[in-house]
Amino acid sequence: MRNIQSASDLHQWREEIRSRQRLEDGVVYVCGGTGCQAYGCQKVKEAFEKELKSLNGERKIVLKYTGCPGFCEKGPLVTLHPQDLFYQKVKPEDVPRIVEETILRGKVVESLLLEDPAARRKILSSREVPFYRSQTRLLLENNEFIDPTRIEDYVALGGYGALSKALLQMTPEEVIGEVKTSGLRGRGGAGYPTGQKWESCRGASGEPKYIICNCDEGDPGAFMDRSLLEGNPHSILEGLLIGAYAIGASQGFIYVRNEYPLAQKHAEIAISKAREAGLLGKNILGTGLNFDVETAQGGGAFVCGESTALIASIEGRTGEPRSKQVHTAAQGLWGKPTNINNVETWANVPLILQRGSQWFSTLGTERSKGTKIFSVVGKVKNTGLVEVPMGTTLREIIYDIGGGPQNGKAIKAVQTGGPSGGCIPASLFHLPVDYESLAQAGSMMGSGGMIVMDEGTCMVDVAKYFVHFLEEESCGKCLPCREGLRRMGQILDGISAGKGDSETLPLLEELAGVVADASLCGLGKTAPNPVLSALRYFREEFEDHMVRQRCPAGVCHPLVRYSISPEACTGCGACQKICPAGAIEGKKKKPHHIEGELCSKCGSCRDVCPTQAVSVC
Amino acid sequence: MKKKIINMTLDGKRLEAEEGTTILHAAREYGVHIPTICYLESLSPYGACRICVVEIGRGNGNTSLDTSCTREVQEGMEVQTQSSRVVRARKMIAELQVASAPNVKVAQDIAARVGLMKVRFPMDDNRCILCGLCIRMCYEQMDGKALGFAGRGTGRWVTMPFQERPETCRLCRGCDYVCPGTIIPCQGVKEPGELCGRCRPVEEYRCCPNSTFGCFCEKNPL
Repeated sequence: MRNIQSASDLHQWREEIRSRQRLEDGVVYVCGGTGCQAYGCQKVKEAFEKELKSLNGERKIVLKYTGCPGFCEKGPLVTLHPQDLFYQKVKPEDVPRIVEETILRGKVVESLLLEDPAARRKILSSREVPFYRSQTRLLLENNEFIDPTRIEDYVALGGYGALSKALLQMTPEEVIGEVKTSGLRGRGGAGYPTGQKWESCRGASGEPKYIICNCDEGDPGAFMDRSLLEGNPHSILEGLLIGAYAIGASQGFIYVRNEYPLAQKHAEIAISKAREAGLLGKNILGTGLNFDVETAQGGGAFVCGESTALIASIEGRTGEPRSKQVHTAAQGLWGKPTNINNVETWANVPLILQRGSQWFSTLGTERSKGTKIFSVVGKVKNTGLVEVPMGTTLREIIYDIGGGPQNGKAIKAVQTGGPSGGCIPASLFHLPVDYESLAQAGSMMGSGGMIVMDEGTCMVDVAKYFVHFLEEESCGKCLPCREGLRRMGQILDGISAGKGDSETLPLLEELAGVVADASLCGLGKTAPNPVLSALRYFREEFEDHMVRQRCPAGVCHPLVRYSISPEACTGCGACQKICPAGAIEGKKKKPHHIEGELCSKCGSCRDVCPTQAVSVC
Repeated sequence: MKKKIINMTLDGKRLEAEEGTTILHAAREYGVHIPTICYLESLSPYGACRICVVEIGRGNGNTSLDTSCTREVQEGMEVQTQSSRVVRARKMIAELQVASAPNVKVAQDIAARVGLMKVRFPMDDNRCILCGLCIRMCYEQMDGKALGFAGRGTGRWVTMPFQERPETCRLCRGCDYVCPGTIIPCQGVKEPGELCGRCRPVEEYRCCPNSTFGCFCEKNPL
């Protein structure tokens, strides 16, 4: 590690790393993101270590344990260079074969290649993967090739170049102007123009100034901030450094939630490496900029993603929001001017500085610029992280990139924006994804979670799930949020059990309206969105539950009845064996039937039936 | 130093208020009633009960609701304390409050004051309404720092550090003194879950609208 004291030092260092890399015979990239770790990529990495060691220096092969490139569905992922091969679902047993055949002999291991379902052919390179091909991967691109614990990897790819450009060729005002003209808006969900936020913080009186990176991503099913911080922490640090220069801040914080231990670890390693290299600390690049970053660990409360609650949490107080009549830009952390941006927003900053605001503003729509990462999960074939330009339609994301429905059931709706967002029905899939269109449809961009739901999903159940989630996560300070959500949960519990009359839905709507109107912070103000949007587009499902006492999706237990069709049943007895309630009767090779009173509605019989004779109504 | 005077409107009437005062304070000075639960003049405003919400406009057509106890007056502010949006929110908040704590006097009083006739939620019987008055009393006035909130959301409760009385507590009973939960409703609620409604404003009595001194009919005996 060397100490970088000027821009030419940085340039020289980069050239040295690159020339060292040119001497390598090949690189094996093993994805080490949280998703692939769950598939057991640690073992794959260890197997590679062992196998490469046994080569005895015959070839100079470098093993890199990278961050998440986003295709979590097919993990563990392995990419090989210079062969440019993309292997998916790699198991430790496959590793000797990969080393033997591909690395030493240059042959392809066919069984590990991904198959293109449309063209019915095997895909060799990661660039040809249909999931990646339709994306515009600006932020996620480098995740695949960077070992997040090594600063050299980031520098070799041109990292910290934007910083040296900003510090040496631009004034702070020019940097803010550049961010402003780029049209970058906050990626945390609300979409406030970033440049404007910076400007008001720069203009606020008070020293020192603080900047914070918000990685308290708590939406169920959303993980893009985690993947960015885990996979490419130096891009966030570079964004923070540029922001610090533009705003005049001397201290930064990366607020990471408790549930992201790997992100926290990588952020801390990145900070210490950058400090060692002289890119954090005093007199950065010899320009007199003094700036340092610390990580702050959250306790895992969803509400701490709200800026004032986040500040309270960093200060060591209970994570509760306060009234925002004085903005955090004027009075934030310890009463000093503070600028908070989301992980993804910070990661966009070096890009804008490096490639120019003009280039950035060509991406996206009129009012929403750049790309946005979505985590597409739920009932689609390809789940994972999807980075597309703003304005891409929902249909493209769900069908073209996501690969469409998973098991033949038609897709019914998509839930965007997490618990603060709403459900958008399939009839509106032509909508472009930008801040305004989603808000108009009764949802919001949020941090970018996208949960795809098919006919097997009950909208009452979805609304109930989100309300109960928020009820748990509400800090409890203000009454409309605390009590209102509890009462909404009670009403929805009732509806899913078939209780309710003609006054139930109007009451629910009235209550939701007041909770949205009168709550203290963003959590409460957006909490009724899942319910209101479900009522707006799927009202008949609510009525089905209450009036006709049936759950069309077959999800709500009290309203569901399981039955076995006598024609389809072969009498194999599989259901009888698995039934935990002993509710299935019937002689061998004769049609079975379910005793309704004993049935606990667990659905096991339907799962095991080889002839699909069990139906739900 | 003389404070700057702010010009604003309150329910359409123009008035002046000193810079730095809250909307609630300004309204009370001019005799406009805004109900409050978690507010006490000598303690810092908290903005938790939300019953004091008012509709605030900035002259550009957009309005928002905010609590008048925390929001300071600003030049050109247009405040509505009785607009339909405010009344709708206030009624619902009063309903939520009284449904969760029907045996707390302030909850019943507020419910009566906003003219609530019926509660549409199943009634609970919480004695603590989580207004945080005791905590602020202990912290700010008595310098006790012996109380605080613990838990989150519906599981929130007021407690002492590690649920043990700390040395800083001098048993001054200031917390007891400000607690609205220690006062039972005027005549007590006979049946669990009923609305007291005894101090409901006269004009709210629908059965005898012409009587001058309130209603004395069988439906609403005194």
